[in-house]
Amino acid sequence: MIKQKATAGTLESSDIFVEIAPAEAGAGISLDLTSVVYQQFGPEIEAVIYDTLKELGVADAALTVKDRGAVDCTIRARIETAVCRGKGEE
Amino acid sequence: MRRSMLFLPGNSPNILLNADFLGSDAIILDLEDAVAPTEKDSARILVRNAITSLGYTREVIVRINPVESPYWQKDLQQIIKVKPDMIMPTKVSCAQDVKIVSDYIGQMEEEYGIPAGTVKMIPLIETALGVENAYEIASADPRVTAIFLGGEDFTADLRCKRTKGGNEIFYARSRMVVAARAAGVDVYDTPWTDVEDYEGLVEDAKFAKSLGFTGKSSISPRHIPFINEVFSPTEEEIQYAKDVFECIEKAKAEGKGVVSLRGKMIDAPIVARARQVLEAAEAIKGGR
Repeated sequence: MIKQKATAGTLESSDIFVEIAPAEAGAGISLDLTSVVYQQFGPEIEAVIYDTLKELGVADAALTVKDRGAVDCTIRARIETAVCRGKGEE
Repeated sequence: MRRSMLFLPGNSPNILLNADFLGSDAIILDLEDAVAPTEKDSARILVRNAITSLGYTREVIVRINPVESPYWQKDLQQIIKVKPDMIMPTKVSCAQDVKIVSDYIGQMEEEYGIPAGTVKMIPLIETALGVENAYEIASADPRVTAIFLGGEDFTADLRCKRTKGGNEIFYARSRMVVAARAAGVDVYDTPWTDVEDYEGLVEDAKFAKSLGFTGKSSISPRHIPFINEVFSPTEEEIQYAKDVFECIEKAKAEGKGVVSLRGKMIDAPIVARARQVLEAAEAIKGGR
């Protein structure tokens, strides 16, 4: 469960900036994604984000994500870091 | 064969993406000095994912934080499960420092079902005490397959200035080489820190090679071709090594006990050196 607002990543090339905030139980995931490659890969990036959240057991959260052309392993890493920080695990 | 090792910051996705294409024999993904304390969590997750997903073909070494820090165990919890080739523990000053890290790597290997001893170690020796204890560090644990001299922190510990001439690290270099060879492990030299001075780099690398170092590390990808060149056997050395073995074969066929080549008797050390040269040549397969 996300307890606090947290961020991870940067706005540098090949990175992705993630901001995560708590949401009401049952609210689900709200995702505001901007990406330099949204036209080409928007749905794929969203799928990676949703998939990573599911793996981490996050059902309710509000995310603002700014992608600078990150590959999947970077997207997953930054989402995981933001979730851990949001859960207060670090 | 490991001639060159390139330090790369562990929290930079762009650099991790290109790590395999920078020409070094090994890449050192850094979780220590190149990562701010506030980003240690982020870097270890990113490095873990990079090793899993990017299919590195170079040898992968992960530099972890010192055992006095609150980070090193968390580093290993994330990193061991993706089986890097080696872990580089930092500020190693005695055998106990090696054992502590090795034992924890062992616990992680067991937890993730990895055969015991899979992940090797290359301790970074960068204190006066570490240099004094170089042999006990090099022979502390079967995981240790090489040791590494960190010249910058070492000279800070000596309270002297780090110079391009390197007189202040001469004793440490020699001691490290002797310790490593006595323990039967490889030994790597400190980076050349002037990124633009290639002439100085080559001179420094040649000197390190002449002392017996196996290879040299770098903080700049632009240094890698020079380091690889210096630590590769020359064509002349390869030809001489081939001639040594041909000569031995010929002598055997003729039933001769004593063999000489170009007026010099071929004895065991010459054969050993020739074998090392041919093994190195085979390992790089003409690559530089």
